[in-house]
Amino acid sequence: MNSRYEVVIGLEVHVQLTTKTKIFCGCSTGFGQSPNSQTCPVCLGLPGALPVLNRQVVDDAIKAGLATNCQIAPDSIFARKNYFYPDLPKGYQISQFELPICEHGWLDIETEGSGKKRLGITRIHMEEDAGKLLHNEDNSSSVDLNRACTPLLEVVSEPDMRSSEEAIAYLKQLHQIVVYLGICDGNLEEGSFRCDANVSIRPWGQKELGTRSELKNLNSFRYIKQAIEYEVERQIDVIDAGEKVVQETRLFDPDAGVSRSMRGKEEAHDYRYFPDPDLLPLQVSADWVEQVRSSLPELSAAKLQRYQDEMGLPVYDAGVISADRQLAEYFEALVEQYNQPKICSNWVMGEVLGALKEKNLTIDQCPVSPELLAGILQRIDDNTISGKIAKTVFEEIWQNGKTADQVIEEKGLKQVTDTGEIEAIVAAVIAANPGQVAEYRAGKEKLMGFFVGQVMQASKGKANPGMANALLKKKLTEM
Amino acid sequence: MKISEKDVEHVARLARLTLEPADLTIMTGQMDALLGYVEKLNELDTEGVEPMAHAVPMSNAFRDDEMKPPIGIERALQNAPAAAAGCFKVPKIIE
Repeated sequence: MNSRYEVVIGLEVHVQLTTKTKIFCGCSTGFGQSPNSQTCPVCLGLPGALPVLNRQVVDDAIKAGLATNCQIAPDSIFARKNYFYPDLPKGYQISQFELPICEHGWLDIETEGSGKKRLGITRIHMEEDAGKLLHNEDNSSSVDLNRACTPLLEVVSEPDMRSSEEAIAYLKQLHQIVVYLGICDGNLEEGSFRCDANVSIRPWGQKELGTRSELKNLNSFRYIKQAIEYEVERQIDVIDAGEKVVQETRLFDPDAGVSRSMRGKEEAHDYRYFPDPDLLPLQVSADWVEQVRSSLPELSAAKLQRYQDEMGLPVYDAGVISADRQLAEYFEALVEQYNQPKICSNWVMGEVLGALKEKNLTIDQCPVSPELLAGILQRIDDNTISGKIAKTVFEEIWQNGKTADQVIEEKGLKQVTDTGEIEAIVAAVIAANPGQVAEYRAGKEKLMGFFVGQVMQASKGKANPGMANALLKKKLTEM
Repeated sequence: MKISEKDVEHVARLARLTLEPADLTIMTGQMDALLGYVEKLNELDTEGVEPMAHAVPMSNAFRDDEMKPPIGIERALQNAPAAAAGCFKVPKIIE
């Protein structure tokens, strides 16, 4: 990335879980409700209210840990992180500090710049989210505590990334994993997957890390990349000017493409973590871990491999389809009904994704189910329709949800395989194009495509192309 | 002295407390005495004793992921020094 300095990046990702209720109380985690309508004494931080841990959060944390190759701690505890801020009603956040639930994991990434690389995950811990602040015109802020106590996993990486490209590859993979696991909806804009980046630079060969700055407010992969690259350049300028990088938090402004310092870190942060006496220690047995392990879905990396090894898909097809769990499930359901993976992937990536994109729909909203699509492909196989007519059938099914057989029947799309009928059309086409016939017979064999096209057109696409081709060839050479 | 006035000032600032200089001296003496008292525990031989995070020998208290009715916006805001449009209203703080 730079010839004089090595870039060092570590990432902290906050993953908002999709549990129905908050981590320590039974209030809903639903998004976009009236302010403070989803609150109770626990998440309001009223004195005497006691938090009780949501078991689902632990299940989700174990899932995330297993999917990122972490060790699941048999004993872990919750801690209080103490600081004052208006969105934090108790004056402390319940988090994990010593003894987090997952440690020592890793993810493998692959980038153009550095090939295959294993990136360490230091830890994953459970914690509660804070509320939301809205800043008013009159120098006041409004506090909405609906989000307070919403369950989060904080995934902390090792400072193993050496470029923004590696950072993005790591984030995309982590994002794919938590969405695949069904523990996070993955919505970056709504803050379900939030990233802070710790960025520093050091001269090549230096062992100690440089002073880092922490970048916040990164809510799209593009901004994260921009923010990291901006920060690297900024730090190089600071060092080249003979100054020192200060440890600080910086807020990235995507509109201006620059970051601003929020505060120096050394003075403000003294969280005085200590074990939360309100929450009992958490013990996760080996049985519990195994139970969760057996419930894990096959992840994208495994699918990517299997689609290539067992189904013979090209790496590109396998990559596109395995990237999205629902798309992969659609594809697998299709292959189950019609066991020709490459034809299936062609249709899924071509017609299905094309139509979804055009209509701005997601795969779970696709009106043509895998069963209906398999019905079309079977009719191509048994020569009832041509591949071209199949696309018309697909569009019809998209509109009305009928089966391929119904559409073919109702629209009269059955392929003409009656020799006599095709012969008649062939004869008519030959009679109508004497000029081309002469050219063809004079050796311009490329014109065969033209004749087949004419026959297909005259039959409204219903003539069997293979038969049309053969009959044309026969007639034209017999003449 | 295990605790200096500077330590007490720091802790007071973290707790958003303003201490008069006279109080600071008193507090420093009291906190130092407290720590000295607890210090006695260090005389115990704890070699081989597992550290514990909780005083009761229990673990794993869970609830199922099931919704309970909230207390309602009005009651939620009942103790708020100031409220507007369903929200707690506080002086603007931007960090």
